[in-house]
Amino acid sequence: MKNKTIKKSSLGARASRRISNTIIYIILTVITLVWLFPFFGIVMESFKVNVTGMDGELFPGQWGFGNYTRLFNETDFLKWFLNTALMGVATAFFQTLFVLSMSYALSRLRFKARKPLMNLMLILGMFPGFLTMILIYKVFSEAGLTMQMAPVGLVIVYCASSGMGYYISKGFFDTIPKTLDEAARVDGATRMQVFYKIIMPLSGSIIIYTILMGFMAPWGDFMLASYIIHENSQGMSVAVGMYEWLSKTMVNSNYTMFCAAGVVVAIPVTAVFLGLQKYYVEGVTGGAVKG
Amino acid sequence: MSCVAANSAVLIILKGRSNQEAMKKLTDLEYLKLNKFQALLYNLKRFFCAIPGWFLNLFLAIGRFFVRCGVAVKDEFVDIGTTFIKGNWAVKTSFLVFGFGNLFYGQIARGLLFLLFEIVFFGYMFVPSGGIYWLSKGHWFQNGATVGSVQGSFQYDAIYDTDIWIPGDDSVKVMLYGLLTIIFIIAFVYTWRLQVKQCRICMDITAQGRRIKSGKDDLKSLVDDQFHKTLLALPVIGILLFTVLPIIYMILVAFTSYDAAHDGYSNLFSWVGLQNFNELTDFGNGGLGLAFGEILSWTLMWSLFATFTNYFLGMFVAIMINKKGIKFKKFWRTALVMTIAIPQFVSLLYVSKLFDSSGIIGETLGAIPFIKNYLNANHYISLWDSPAVARTLVIVLNIWVGIPYVMLQATGILMNIPADLYESSRVDGASPFQQYVKITLPYMLFVTGPALLTSFVANLNNFNVIYLLSSGNPINTQIGSAGGVSVGHTDLLITWLYKIALGSGESKYYTASVIGILIFLVCAVLSLIIYNVIPSTKNEEDYQ
Repeated sequence: MKNKTIKKSSLGARASRRISNTIIYIILTVITLVWLFPFFGIVMESFKVNVTGMDGELFPGQWGFGNYTRLFNETDFLKWFLNTALMGVATAFFQTLFVLSMSYALSRLRFKARKPLMNLMLILGMFPGFLTMILIYKVFSEAGLTMQMAPVGLVIVYCASSGMGYYISKGFFDTIPKTLDEAARVDGATRMQVFYKIIMPLSGSIIIYTILMGFMAPWGDFMLASYIIHENSQGMSVAVGMYEWLSKTMVNSNYTMFCAAGVVVAIPVTAVFLGLQKYYVEGVTGGAVKG
Repeated sequence: MSCVAANSAVLIILKGRSNQEAMKKLTDLEYLKLNKFQALLYNLKRFFCAIPGWFLNLFLAIGRFFVRCGVAVKDEFVDIGTTFIKGNWAVKTSFLVFGFGNLFYGQIARGLLFLLFEIVFFGYMFVPSGGIYWLSKGHWFQNGATVGSVQGSFQYDAIYDTDIWIPGDDSVKVMLYGLLTIIFIIAFVYTWRLQVKQCRICMDITAQGRRIKSGKDDLKSLVDDQFHKTLLALPVIGILLFTVLPIIYMILVAFTSYDAAHDGYSNLFSWVGLQNFNELTDFGNGGLGLAFGEILSWTLMWSLFATFTNYFLGMFVAIMINKKGIKFKKFWRTALVMTIAIPQFVSLLYVSKLFDSSGIIGETLGAIPFIKNYLNANHYISLWDSPAVARTLVIVLNIWVGIPYVMLQATGILMNIPADLYESSRVDGASPFQQYVKITLPYMLFVTGPALLTSFVANLNNFNVIYLLSSGNPINTQIGSAGGVSVGHTDLLITWLYKIALGSGESKYYTASVIGILIFLVCAVLSLIIYNVIPSTKNEEDYQ
């Protein structure tokens, strides 16, 4: 008798679980569709021919690569793309250098200025970063680092203060046991040897995360870039250049081309990102737990 | 039952630990005796009773800081005095000649560097158009005086037979070089103190008969005991030059009349005292005060909605994906993560156009009679023209942007929740909803509390989402223009700042600086409250 009731209730539980799982599948499918819809829409939009503005249709009436050929033949898009890619590589390199040395020093070395330095950076972080641009633009324009040289100036801007973004990698270094350092120190290693022979080999994931963030920064930044570039087409990044195409006066002639450019930009960046997704997730979750 | 106990324990930690003893604290046993309503009331009461405590603590902390500074300065002077009295002639000479003591005790490299620094400093200060020149031109903080003294002008030139521009001072340069000179002087004083101290240490060490560090030792220690100096040199110099210096500069600008008309080169700008801050009290039509109040309240509202909708929905999605028995977990996750991968300006600009009058969604929605009537009645062309709809739209679309981040964060944490909590609560007959409210939510809140509140502050400055979706529009006709630009219904403080600095020809940099300082104050006050409430931000060493 007792056996029977247990069986019955477990059967009921299984059925209810199946129902709830079905509901969850439905919700997840809807969410996925909503989330992927814009990307699908952009791709469809980019294949439209004979239409340059918004026509309110999802699917192209006529398919073709007209927008793509126009993109590379009639605009500076290729230049912008190369600018941004080069900026991404340079930023990734220098930013990683700065962020790792800052976070390592704050996490594993103890010195008098450590707490004051962290407090200072906390306070500085509360000022809107854009505020610094007004002076930096003035100085850069004297030094010739704006307009067509803007990519160089922007890399400096992205990297110079990047040490302030040490939080996530510091959180990572904090989790590596200190006994490792101590053991190496006992064996006669200098602090620098501990850094590059012991801790760095263990930190592959956070190094890749930092590189990834550095590479993505120029692709996503609009605020600082638009200010430094000052509407010079030769020095533009894709974000600033393509933003113009959707202005009220240009949207009707450039909308589908914008979508084509969006596809061209999104493919390499998404490929890099999804390839390194694992490391990104590690970085983000680590940061969340540490706060 | 065990889970309920664990849950209340977490709650007590959440609400109790950081609060002051402003109200009588119940023991755990007494707390558990309360019924649900009483417990809630108790927690709320304790929360509000603690608020005066925070402010008291804040003032005490500020007071302590100044007292500590005073003591440190006093100690420093006493130390300098005793060094001079007790020091031998080499120490005494090094009060005037940098690095003399180091040279005397055989630290050649250090001594020469100090000496070089002194020579460079005095050279820079006293050469024509050196430090003294720039400092004297600044008329620092003299109300009404110009920054720089010679105004550039057009003058008739006989050779070219036309007016040519004779450049005068550039206020921007005068202020920048003045600032650099002041920093140089501070560095000079610091270095002077440093080398005197080192000289005295050398004397003490020699007196004890120990060996003094040589230049070689110094170099060696840079990869060992002083390794932090090697690591931090570049990043800190970068921060000083590209963040600290510009921020100090911009704070100074808030006290001047620096704008497009007075750009320092064609027209000198001048010191105006607190005038720019006084404008904030102008609550009239188009006044800065009115605009600031409006924008600040929307900014806070936006931040609140943006943070919490993302947080709860993102957590909800994470729970669904992580539920036992759900397949293709990786696929669902990757689909969402796509939004992070694709540059925001592509996706957000496209989405913003989708909701335009001729966009796919905008057109479909605009055809619905109820919405159509609403738009027509107000003469709105697209959904973006209606303040209420535009505000709702940016919040809703931000969910699209934000959920993936929260989902990823939550996934990691959900996996860490001890499974036996769920197990035992299920045996006790808890429903999934009860499990969520009693276990998942408190646990998540406890672990991600700090991250949640930092993201609140980050959302205050969320430029990309607002600017790319709505550019701050529709225009707020009640305010019209403030700070030289038209203010929109969805403008955040940061987009307003951006528009003021960049847009519309007037470029009132001084207003931009004032707003920047105010953003800082808002962030600082909020963060202070946050760091006082959340216990898990304290004691970072606990993690190691």
